[in-house]
Amino acid sequence: MLELVGIQKHFGSVQALRGADFSLAEGEVHALLGENGAGKTTLMYIANGLVRQDRGEVRVNGVPQPISSPRVARRMGLGMVHQHFTAIPAMTVAENIALAAGWSGHPRDLGRQAQLLSERLGLPLDPNQRAGRLSVALKQRLEVVKALAGEARILLLDEPTAVLAPAEADELLRIIKAFAGSGGAVVLITHKLDEALRAADRVTVLRSGLVTYSGPSGAQSVESLARAMIGPGADLPILQGDGARVPTPQVSDRTLVRLDSLEVSRESGYGIAVRHGRLTIQAGEIVGIAAVEGNGQRELLRTVAGRLLPLRGRLEVARPIGFIPEDRTSEGLILELSLTENVALGMDDQTSWIKRGRIDWRAARRHTAELIREFDIVAPGPDVRASSLSGGNQQKLIVARELSRNPTVIVAENPTRGMDVSATASILSRLRAAADAGAAVLFHSSDLDEVLHLADRVIVMSRGTLMEAPIGASRTVVGQMMLQSESR
Amino acid sequence: MIRIGWAVLAGAAGLAILALGLEAAGYDSSSALTALWNGAFGSWYAFTSATLVRSVPLILIGLGIAIAFRAGVFNIGAEGQFYAGAIAATWVGLHVAGRPAALAIAMVLSASVLAGAAWVAVPVWLKLRFGVIEVISTLLLNFVAESLVSLLVQGPLQEPTGIYPQSDAIAEAARLPLLAAGRLHAGFLLACAGALVLWYLFSRTVWGFRLRAVGLGPRAAEVSGQIDSPRMGAVALLCSGCLAGLAGGVEVSGVSYALFQNLSPGYGFTGIAVALLGGLHPLGVLLSGIFMGALEAGAGAMQRDAGVPSVAVYVVEAVIIMVVLLATTPKGGWIPVRVIRRIRPAAPKAHR
Repeated sequence: MLELVGIQKHFGSVQALRGADFSLAEGEVHALLGENGAGKTTLMYIANGLVRQDRGEVRVNGVPQPISSPRVARRMGLGMVHQHFTAIPAMTVAENIALAAGWSGHPRDLGRQAQLLSERLGLPLDPNQRAGRLSVALKQRLEVVKALAGEARILLLDEPTAVLAPAEADELLRIIKAFAGSGGAVVLITHKLDEALRAADRVTVLRSGLVTYSGPSGAQSVESLARAMIGPGADLPILQGDGARVPTPQVSDRTLVRLDSLEVSRESGYGIAVRHGRLTIQAGEIVGIAAVEGNGQRELLRTVAGRLLPLRGRLEVARPIGFIPEDRTSEGLILELSLTENVALGMDDQTSWIKRGRIDWRAARRHTAELIREFDIVAPGPDVRASSLSGGNQQKLIVARELSRNPTVIVAENPTRGMDVSATASILSRLRAAADAGAAVLFHSSDLDEVLHLADRVIVMSRGTLMEAPIGASRTVVGQMMLQSESR
Repeated sequence: MIRIGWAVLAGAAGLAILALGLEAAGYDSSSALTALWNGAFGSWYAFTSATLVRSVPLILIGLGIAIAFRAGVFNIGAEGQFYAGAIAATWVGLHVAGRPAALAIAMVLSASVLAGAAWVAVPVWLKLRFGVIEVISTLLLNFVAESLVSLLVQGPLQEPTGIYPQSDAIAEAARLPLLAAGRLHAGFLLACAGALVLWYLFSRTVWGFRLRAVGLGPRAAEVSGQIDSPRMGAVALLCSGCLAGLAGGVEVSGVSYALFQNLSPGYGFTGIAVALLGGLHPLGVLLSGIFMGALEAGAGAMQRDAGVPSVAVYVVEAVIIMVVLLATTPKGGWIPVRVIRRIRPAAPKAHR
């Protein structure tokens, strides 16, 4: 149904795609895998008309088509679900669908039309609900309905399960398989190899803009796919764990974080995000928060990091605190500033090269150059803008900055979101090393396996309540706890 | 370097379009431009007593606006703060007769700085307390300030005979010393010093760095845990008001020696163009302030000698803004485009 032939695309000096081929047949779910920057999203953006290729051809049903915009793509029967939600929160489900489908008419008819569509697709939604009030799983469902509105037969999904709990992710995968089975076709971009193996009929692996594997998924294993993604010779980090770690013995009894009956309001200001929060973290301990997005983990972490004020309760956190925020481009870094300036951004007045309100920029540069070396950040030097780094290296810069302050407490939100396998391994090992050196680490990851793999103790958060998972609890047990009291 | 290139291009394009426009309107553009040049740079006297004298308030206001814009807040009320400073300077200047000159001048200028800050304090408070957009509140206060001046010079501050709508002349002691024969006064040194101090603050100090960081990435600045972004914006607005107020004080104490309506030919708005043309860089503002001062000075000469209405130079100013817009990428670099769009439509209408 969809063919991409010999696609080349460069952004500035970066060759994102160097002649990639991809084909999608009717009735199949086709997983597209690759490390960060391998070109997965770019390839799908080209198919969807968001990006124009330098060279190569896009064919729909065998006919070469110049897809110049997402509207053209929609006319060709292509719909895309982006990594981030694109629904307008203040508008109703029906209005959001109508906007995506290009319907016009009386609001009442739109509601009926939207309801008919969502039911026909097997994705029921309340058309009169405001999109902003849907649960994360229903928001994701709305995105799929939006993408399929207007008779789309080809669905492009960019990491659709990143924000979902395991059971919700399974449900979504079931739905897309059913959609493919009814004569559609699905491209599934994912970082999760086991997910690709479970859901996809075929797999294509991209590495540095080239296809390194394309074929049926049945012939592959997690290891062989990982090998195709990162290439020969590279070390294969083992990240797939099946249960929580057994606590490491060097955890001391020095308490660095102590919360009691902590209550935090939502960042939006409406409602309570954390209730009766009670938690202690010792020096040398890594505590992982497992939670589906929007269950108060963000507010909890930011309160511990001193970025949010609690409503009430006791909060004792040792200083200095290193904080790795979730959104690296808007909260972690200022992209227009140089690497050195971004390092300076996180420094307090006790830094050796900040004296009496003056910054010694030469010392700051030296310090930054050291961090670049020490943390293997791929950058031409400390003077380039942060925007010139790839996402993974931007994240490494943030981690380097925060760890270079020798924090006694480290708070990290999704420190490896969207990172490739080797960058993920490097960041996780840095956090482990910091804990071994005596820091207390509190982190959240939307990748449950990562939480189980890294954390000494796992805390599950559901609707603002903290629950300690039993030591050695399995993935399934923790997954169930995450959904336990969530109203659906 | 690229910025300097764009700035020069902006100036050149402005002059070129002015020349074309003059030709199209039937004027002799070469004699008009010659008159413009002579009025601005034709003689040492023209340069110091016309160009530089006019550049002083533009530089001071431009520096203040650069502080605000760098911090991501938009002070469109420099005209009002200028008048607030001028009112305070006049009032103090009328009451310091007999004091030592240094003390009198210090009192006059401090009063103008405080008045400028007080004038912008209202929008700052509204912004912090109620989230009122400062673009609108600072702009609207301009009209209040202008009306206040007109009220004062026909009432409490009017000269004793009650004939002219202006204040009495301020005390001799409160007048800034002249630098040489002509009209150039010590305020010019103040403007240069201001640019240097600001350059130092921006490039070498934690405060200046954090201020820039707030402007470029308020979220990241806030999340860094080191910076209180809203407070930084408020401080930047206050600094901006201080400098605009100082410009008003310097104008009274160095040039007019009295308060009257239309003391400012729109310095507060031209100051925005000065700041943008200078790339929000303190030393750039110094140069662009002199350039704009030259245009204003030359405009008078052009009207006198070539019969071209002096408002024609505002064409140059407008073209400069357009070219600066062209040089501005949506993602920043210079100044976000939407910022300039927000500012510019209001400026010409408000005064001219």
